[in-house]
Amino acid sequence: MDFVTFFALAIPLVIIAAMVIAHPSPIYSALFLVLTLFLLAVYFLFLDAHLVAALQIIVYAGAIMVLFLFVIMLLNLQSDPQRLHQQGLGRIAIIGGVVLVAELLLLLQRSSSGAADTPLPDKFGTVEALGTQLFTTYLLPFEVTGILLLVAVVGAVVLAKR
Amino acid sequence: MTDFIITLTLTILTIVMVLNLGVMLLWVERKGSAILQDRIGANRAAIFGKLPFNLGIVNTMIADPIKLFTKEDFVPLGADKLLHTLAPVIGLLPLLVTFIVIPFGDILVIGGREIRLQAANLNVGILYVLAMVSLSVYGVVLGGWASNNRWSLLGGIRGAAQMISYEIPLGLSLIGIVLTFGSLDLQEIARAQGQLIGGWIPAWGIFYQPLAFLIFLAAGIAESKRIPFDLPEAESELISGYFTEYSGSKQSMFMLGDFIEAIIVAGLITTLFFGGWQVPFLLRDGFHFPWGGTLALPSLLVTLLQVGSFSIKVIFFCWLQIMIRWTLPRFRYDQLINLGWKILLPLSLFNVMATALVIILFE
Amino acid sequence: MVPISYHLILSGILFTIGVTGVLLRRNIIIIFMSIELMLNAVNLSFVALARHFGSMDGQIIVFFVMSVAAAEVAVGLAIILLVFRGKATVNADELNLMRW
Repeated sequence: MDFVTFFALAIPLVIIAAMVIAHPSPIYSALFLVLTLFLLAVYFLFLDAHLVAALQIIVYAGAIMVLFLFVIMLLNLQSDPQRLHQQGLGRIAIIGGVVLVAELLLLLQRSSSGAADTPLPDKFGTVEALGTQLFTTYLLPFEVTGILLLVAVVGAVVLAKR
Repeated sequence: MTDFIITLTLTILTIVMVLNLGVMLLWVERKGSAILQDRIGANRAAIFGKLPFNLGIVNTMIADPIKLFTKEDFVPLGADKLLHTLAPVIGLLPLLVTFIVIPFGDILVIGGREIRLQAANLNVGILYVLAMVSLSVYGVVLGGWASNNRWSLLGGIRGAAQMISYEIPLGLSLIGIVLTFGSLDLQEIARAQGQLIGGWIPAWGIFYQPLAFLIFLAAGIAESKRIPFDLPEAESELISGYFTEYSGSKQSMFMLGDFIEAIIVAGLITTLFFGGWQVPFLLRDGFHFPWGGTLALPSLLVTLLQVGSFSIKVIFFCWLQIMIRWTLPRFRYDQLINLGWKILLPLSLFNVMATALVIILFE
Repeated sequence: MVPISYHLILSGILFTIGVTGVLLRRNIIIIFMSIELMLNAVNLSFVALARHFGSMDGQIIVFFVMSVAAAEVAVGLAIILLVFRGKATVNADELNLMRW
């Protein structure tokens, strides 16, 4: 990934992510979040993570955000122009955010990880590589995640029937 | 640089072919439904009163698009202008770019250079197709919401619920094919179907996975919201459902999306279950009949035969979907969701398990 | 090649935007979306580090984070719908039934 690609993706990412939290209408926030997830998927493609990029679009942008949009439409949420009028918490939040970013930049500057990238093994980021690891080393978390998803489905159905 | 130009040409060619086929399908639908219902159909507009023989081509393929594009383009009162304009674009664009992974031929040899007849060579081809189909749900959802009309919203939510319910059997039925052929790349799957089972029958996906073919056909027709699954758009109930408030070029984008999704389903069925561009017994240098004879052919003719076979198969499956549309009545919504979750989903899971079992036993 | 710190700084900025969203907005759906933004920022840093060290472990963890996020969103939205049925508001300031 070269610098031009990085900045061409990173600057829109940051701006659109800021629009997610700053726009008055919840539908527009959800749509901006979909766009953020899509840009992240493109970013993953440039980082040699092909399967993760496809999964990001299928799972996140294609299913989870549709759920969000459904809920926003069902609850018929309108624009909220009063959204950013907090008493003191708003200013603290913004100052806290700036401090957090400054801390991260400082930490990253101090940690001298000037090491070059390790050369990538063959078939890095493809389905075979992910699948082999998933079914050998990470088999237990894989099965537990299956049970977790089952619990979530049952829970959602029970909650919706109330 | 040459690579870039070749890829660009292939992409433009693919998208232009698909758009042309979409418009032609409109005509096939009109005339085909007329023949099926024992009537004549549109036959009034003609050039010089006679050409082309009252087939209704001028009506459907020339006059209709001109009418649609010159209609007044309005946004309903109180509706969100940006979302109203954005919805058909989001609905159509992912479907158009799905075609770049479908191979329409093996290789084309021009001047000593081998060109793969597939616009994009992704090693996660099937996942890419599923991703783009999931993205097209947004067109329906936003179209229903942005119309400021509670019946459109109802149609939009019904449509989106139907689409996300049927994405699951759509994806699961493809896992059987992926297990059989061992790759997610559509060109590799098409190539792998060139072998012969027992020396006589071409190893097409339909012989390995008949159940997956039926599930995929049903889920694909449901995904494109055609009859018998067209409740979101129910013409006799919700007028046009989620695209009631659209006219002019936006409505044409929604309608074109309908046909393009039918072409996608046809293209995928061809590539995964019916050998794609494979002609039985045809290899790169000519025919190799199983009874021992060969027939050597120049490579250009081989490529033409393969592209022709692909086109015929795709057109056949589009025609099949149009015939199904004009034959079956519409499902009720609870029957539709019942079919998706309680029948197709367990069947596709059973298909995956049975395929895996057979592969392990006969490995 | 972009040094790894660039990817991590971008991930940190996205995470901070998510945190600011959680603290700043009162609509619980927007708060939920900011949590998703935080999860995605973490996914980004995992994928970048996986590539830096040439190991697939980072991408496997992203796989698990995505499935857990999907489960969490399903149950969370069901809970939000139930809460809305009871009180007809999504303003976090007014949802204080569990206080003392």
